[in-house]
Amino acid sequence: MELADSELLIRITELSGENLRSCYQCGKCSASCPMTDFMDLFPRDVIKQILEGKEQVLLSETPWVCASCFSCTVRCPNEIDIAGVMEAVRQIRLREKYDRFHPSRIPLDELEGLPQIALIGCFRKMTG
Amino acid sequence: MKSITYFPGCTHHTNGRNMESSGKAVLETLGYQLEEMPEWICCGTVFGLSEDDLFHQVAPIRNLARVENAGDDKLVTMCAMCYNTLGRANLLVRKDKVALEALNRFMDDEPDYHGVVDVFHLSQFLRDEVGFEKISSKVRRPLKGLKVMPYYGCLLLRPEEVSIDSMEDPTIICDILEAVGVQSIKGSYISQCCGSYHTVDKKEAVARRAFEIISSARKKGAEMIALACPLCEFNLDDRQRLLSDNGMPVLYFTELLALAFGLEDSCDFDEHYVDPRPLLREKGLLGGSNGQE
Ligand code: SF4
Ligand code: SF4
Repeated sequence: MELADSELLIRITELSGENLRSCYQCGKCSASCPMTDFMDLFPRDVIKQILEGKEQVLLSETPWVCASCFSCTVRCPNEIDIAGVMEAVRQIRLREKYDRFHPSRIPLDELEGLPQIALIGCFRKMTG
Repeated sequence: MKSITYFPGCTHHTNGRNMESSGKAVLETLGYQLEEMPEWICCGTVFGLSEDDLFHQVAPIRNLARVENAGDDKLVTMCAMCYNTLGRANLLVRKDKVALEALNRFMDDEPDYHGVVDVFHLSQFLRDEVGFEKISSKVRRPLKGLKVMPYYGCLLLRPEEVSIDSMEDPTIICDILEAVGVQSIKGSYISQCCGSYHTVDKKEAVARRAFEIISSARKKGAEMIALACPLCEFNLDDRQRLLSDNGMPVLYFTELLALAFGLEDSCDFDEHYVDPRPLLREKGLLGGSNGQE
C-alpha cells in the first residue's frame, strides 16, 4: 500500500518540480557536496526527511549552507535537482517572512570590499 | 573591427574590472569591439529555482528583450554567474511559451521578447568564434614556463543545459591558455564550488574552500590559478587574507592573454590581493623582454 504524500512532500514537489519519490538514497548527492562540513544534515538526509514528511527538516541548517553549486544535481542517478529542493525548503521559510540574514550583520569595513555579485546573490538566497 | 554586444553585469565595472579591461583589450587586438548593451540591468546573479518564481526571470529576460529590440541576436558576458542566469532564463522561455507570454505581458513597457538572443560566455566566444589559431597568431610574448591551473567553478559547467564544455572534464580555459604558451595544470578541484555568495555570510567556510582548492593546485605543481568569474576571483584571491598559507596568485584568464599579447597595461595588478608580479617577473614575463620594467 502506498502511503499518502505528506503536506510537506506535496509542497516541496510543487515548489521544486522534482519527483523526490524516485530517490533511492544512494548518497551520491552528499558525496558530491563541497559544503557538507558545515551542514547538520547531509543532502541525502534532507531528501529522506522530506519523503518521510518530517517538518523539522525546515529548521535544518543545510539549505542555508548549500551554495547552489549543482554538483549534486548533475550527479543524481535519478535526475533529481537537489539544489532546487534546497531552494524549495528555503522558499517555504522565506515566504513566512523569515530572513536568514540581515545586511546589518556585515561589518562596515568589510562591506566596502565585498563584490556586488556576492551581496546580491546572498540577499536573493537568504532574504524573503 | 567587428562589434559585439556586451553585458557587463554588476561587478565587472567595480571589483572585477581587471577582467573587463584586459578582455576588452584582447578582443580589440583580435579584431572585435565590445559594445556595452544599452540600458542593461542586473540579471539577479542567481537563477531562480522555484517552479512558481517567474518574477525572478523578469530581470534576465528584460535584458534579452532589450538586446533583441536593438536588432541583435548575440550577447557576450565575461561573468560566469551572468552567463548562467541569462542563459538559463533564455532556455526556460524558449521551452515554456506560457512563461514567455506571462513575462512579456508583465513587461508591458518593453517590446516583446521572442527568444532569439544567444548568450555566450567570453571563453566560448574565443573558442567558437575567434579560434585558437587566431589567438596564437597575436602572441608577442609566449607565456613559457608558467604553470597555471585553470579553475572553472560551477556556473560555466552546471547544470548540463548551459554547460560550455564537458561537465566532468572541461578543457576550454586550458585550451585558450595553451594557445598563448601557458603550461596548464589539471587539478582535481577545478570545478568544485568556491563557496559563492556565502562569502558574505560565512566567510570562514569560503576561506576553507579557497584553502582546499589552492592546496590541491599546489600539490599538482601549479604556480598560479586562472579563472573566469569575478566572484570566484574574490573568493580564491581575496579570501586568502584569512589563510596562513596565502601566496597563490589568482588572475583572470583574460589577464594572461593580455600579457601574452603585450597588453599588460590593461591590467591593474594592484587590484589583486596576492600580487602576481613577483612570479611574473621571475619568469621574465613582465616589462621589457628581459623581464625588467
Ligand atoms: S543522489 Fe539522488 S537518488 Fe541518490 S540519494 Fe541523492 S537524491 Fe537520492
Ligand atoms: S547544490 Fe548545495 S547541496 Fe548540492 S552539492 Fe552544491 S552545495 Fe551541496
